[in-house]
Amino acid sequence: MSDIKKFMFVNRKAPYGTIYALESLEVVLIAAAFEQDVSMAFLDDGVYQLKKGHATKGIEVKGFEKTYGALEDYDVTKLYVDQESLDARGLTADDMCVPVEVMSRAELGKKMDEQDVVLSF
Amino acid sequence: MLHIINKSPLDRNSLETVLTTATGGSILLIEDGVYGATKGNACEGKLKAAMGKFKVYALQGDLEARGFADRVTDGVTTVDYAGFVDLVADSKTNQSWL
Amino acid sequence: MKFSIQVNEGPYTHQASDSAYQFTKAVLEKGHEVFRVFFYHDGVNNATRLTTPPQDDRNIVTRWSKLSEQYNLDMVVCVAAAQRRGIVDDGEAKRNGKDATNLAPGFRISGLGQLVEAGIQSDRLVTFGD
Repeated sequence: MSDIKKFMFVNRKAPYGTIYALESLEVVLIAAAFEQDVSMAFLDDGVYQLKKGHATKGIEVKGFEKTYGALEDYDVTKLYVDQESLDARGLTADDMCVPVEVMSRAELGKKMDEQDVVLSF
Repeated sequence: MLHIINKSPLDRNSLETVLTTATGGSILLIEDGVYGATKGNACEGKLKAAMGKFKVYALQGDLEARGFADRVTDGVTTVDYAGFVDLVADSKTNQSWL
Repeated sequence: MKFSIQVNEGPYTHQASDSAYQFTKAVLEKGHEVFRVFFYHDGVNNATRLTTPPQDDRNIVTRWSKLSEQYNLDMVVCVAAAQRRGIVDDGEAKRNGKDATNLAPGFRISGLGQLVEAGIQSDRLVTFGD
């Protein structure tokens, strides 16, 4: 398939409480395999997905923090994080498990406008 | 962009996030999202203030089902499913704020 | 115009499946093309033909099947989500040694690539979920 579209995955839900964060990663990896122009946005409780130090042994669920670290291997490097959402949760860029681009909501909104397909998780 | 919201603004912050993040375009309220388009709701002021930036729509069937067809906030346009399809077709992209 | 629809929630709990159905029907009735309907997460539960709602309630599963038959709709169920939730066709039953199948007519089980492909091939992709 030669068509390349800009896919943005918008993550607004915390990990583990529901399946969506994990499933978002699954689709991101597939979209990357299809060689699409992929970005991920994290806002509201979605920023909790990137909080480093997941230890899921106690809940007997497979952790997926490492997958965020592997995104780079799939050329998924555009990870946008909303500053306001970090602030509201007592988090900073240093709490994130991978390098991210922290930006204002206004900047994030502009990034959204540039997309062809926006998938929400 | 068309922003589709299906959450009550008093339960979840989807509407608030759209109003503070999106650059403009249209907002379509469906399912429990339609409570955000009703008179006297705590978000009414915010929604009205945003109407310069966004065109606001609400799904008629969802308003009727919830007993709010006669209490739609001024400035909100109601649409049926055919209108929903037109809104999607008329916007280059759409996003469901789940 | 070419549309695809993603359904993230199962029937009868969240309105998402009902909304997705009404929307898909309206898309088709307006003369647009539906490239694919993709069922993901708990949305795969829309594809079990063993559903038996009370007679005065809508049958969400057969409603999808009928729409598929009428318009030759491509309805794809995510394989990984289906396996986790016990949505099984003949191929899956054989592969995983299951003693029964339950996939409703009109649905087929396939991979997540089908969702990404829908995003690439369609002019519009609309998601219904929670």
